[in-house]
Amino acid sequence: MDKFTALTGVAAPLPLVNVDTDMIIPKQFLKTIKRTGLGRNLFDEMRYTPDGAEIPDFVLNRPAYRNAEILVAGENFGCGSSREHAPWALLDFGIRCVIAPSYADIFYQNCFKNGILPIVLPQEAVDVLMDDARRGANARITVDLPSQTVTASDGTTFAFEIDPFKKHCLLNGLDDIGLTMEKAPAIDGFEARAAAARPWL
Amino acid sequence: MSKPRTLYDKIWDDHVVDRQPDGTCLLYIDRHLVHEVTSPQAFEGLRMAGRQVRCPEKTIAVPDHNVPTTWDREKGIANEESRIQVETLDRNARDFGIHYYPVSDIRQGIVHIIGPEQGWTQPGMTIVCGDSHTATHGAFGALAHGIGTSEVEHVLATQTLIQKKSKNMKVEVTGSLGPGVTAKDITLSVIGATGTAGGTGHVIEYCGDTIRGLSMEGRMTVCNMAIEGGARAGLIAPDDRTFDYVRGRPHAPKGAKWEAALAYWKTLHTDEGAHFDKVVTLCAGDIAPVVTWGTSPEDVVPITGVVPHPESFQGGKVEAARRSLEYMGLMPGTRMTDVAVDTVFIGSCTNGRIEDLRAAAAVLRGRRVAEGVRAMVVPGSGLVRLQAEEEGLDAIFREAGFDWRLAGCSMCLGMNPDQLAPGERCAATSNRNFEGRMGRGGRTHLMSPAMAAAAAVTGRLADVREIM
Repeated sequence: MDKFTALTGVAAPLPLVNVDTDMIIPKQFLKTIKRTGLGRNLFDEMRYTPDGAEIPDFVLNRPAYRNAEILVAGENFGCGSSREHAPWALLDFGIRCVIAPSYADIFYQNCFKNGILPIVLPQEAVDVLMDDARRGANARITVDLPSQTVTASDGTTFAFEIDPFKKHCLLNGLDDIGLTMEKAPAIDGFEARAAAARPWL
Repeated sequence: MSKPRTLYDKIWDDHVVDRQPDGTCLLYIDRHLVHEVTSPQAFEGLRMAGRQVRCPEKTIAVPDHNVPTTWDREKGIANEESRIQVETLDRNARDFGIHYYPVSDIRQGIVHIIGPEQGWTQPGMTIVCGDSHTATHGAFGALAHGIGTSEVEHVLATQTLIQKKSKNMKVEVTGSLGPGVTAKDITLSVIGATGTAGGTGHVIEYCGDTIRGLSMEGRMTVCNMAIEGGARAGLIAPDDRTFDYVRGRPHAPKGAKWEAALAYWKTLHTDEGAHFDKVVTLCAGDIAPVVTWGTSPEDVVPITGVVPHPESFQGGKVEAARRSLEYMGLMPGTRMTDVAVDTVFIGSCTNGRIEDLRAAAAVLRGRRVAEGVRAMVVPGSGLVRLQAEEEGLDAIFREAGFDWRLAGCSMCLGMNPDQLAPGERCAATSNRNFEGRMGRGGRTHLMSPAMAAAAAVTGRLADVREIM
């Protein structure tokens, strides 16, 4: 997993609530057995006509946002299916950070497993950043994980909260499995105790 | 005396392997269910790191999302990507030595249907699957939730998950259900009341005499859609009905182990005075048969109602409702019973169990599907299909004009050939009415099996109470 420290880039505005993972990456792209290559189909049904032509109005098709690295969205972003293809598609497109008032739980967890920073800010702060994002490439937003801040193009800074363990893993690009494997003796011990207490398992 | 605990607290406490000072825990997983869509990358990760599956005996795999439901499916899967995904699961199950129900096995079916059916699902367990509808298993008083593929790999390798504890939420439903009102109407009404993010960050315990009165099938329908209300997991305390359901199933405990399990299971209830962070109460008598009008499961309206005006909402929902109505091709103020349907789909992990098929068949008996309506019923597992056939339900469906299929997820998410065409309007017993969910441009109205059957015979969304 790539580390995440700081990022200054173009933010794409997606002012919709309840953006679900079927919107982020429709089912027909879940048939892959790989993690890569999904960026082309990110938001596929909003981004392309049925015959595959780009829909010019969709934010990621507009010239200013083709290289967006940040997405600003409405509440309950990433609801629905547990598909990790959603963060894989965002990452493959080049988006490393999402800013929204709230997220669905599973999507939120999945972001951290892939080096994507999902930032939670109050609606009023998201509204300011959404307006900033609407100004396109002229408005670059800075995200700084060590100091837990987002800075709009005019210098307005918003602080955000993040779980310290998740922050630590993102900053260092840590692999969860490797960390847990170090706790094998504790898992062995738990299994022995559970086998005695609940032998039917 | 120890502090009173909720059911969720108790299951959580019994599975903590390790706790960090910041509250991050390593949680032990008793059952890991696996399907073909969210697992290939996880197994590939194990291979690349030279890791094994830590507990293959606790890991159960089945292909369900991609499998064709037509009667000629033994000929193989035509779509190459789908075929590769299923073959990859075949190979991974073999290579890593996990329990497997291949497409050719009569026990194959939707992962959340066969877990309980085979007795893998038991009270007090922690159960995960790379699928958000894992919440279904909470009906047994098991802590069950969906995980992403990275977490699938983590569980395969370590039999644990890194988790922080969620908050406790209580949803209490009391009183008698009116005629034609089912578990599906309860769960949709809860989401309608709380919104799709109402349960975010929480584990829901459903309780109250209405919930207690539901069959295990009904309880599974309720818990299945906990995720649609934002909660990762939904729970119902186990009782005699739960124990009766589990007893004697192939992987249920036997003999002395059964007695030991039963003694433990009987402790799995919320203590008097335990704290809930959020409480929602519904009166069963206020719940009508419902349908959805929009593209979010919270867009719930009684069948006697009308399509709402976007302006009746607040905040971002105004724009969302406008977008939904445009997508759904509906005008505000239209009576729901005036909405004509093209297709009816009965099945899915929400409503693909035997009781669901019985409820639909009861409405269809002696009736015909309306002219021009395409109707299909997809049993949730091979064994549900066999049981339905033994009861003669298949004949009722067929005589009514329904297509009787083999088990799988089918049209619920359209990863197999069962899909909606653009603009096609469907009465569905599944769980999500998202844009494009059942096929690009397809329009989904969620409802109970009885209501879907009523829609099939009238050719429009219909109040099942009027034809019962």
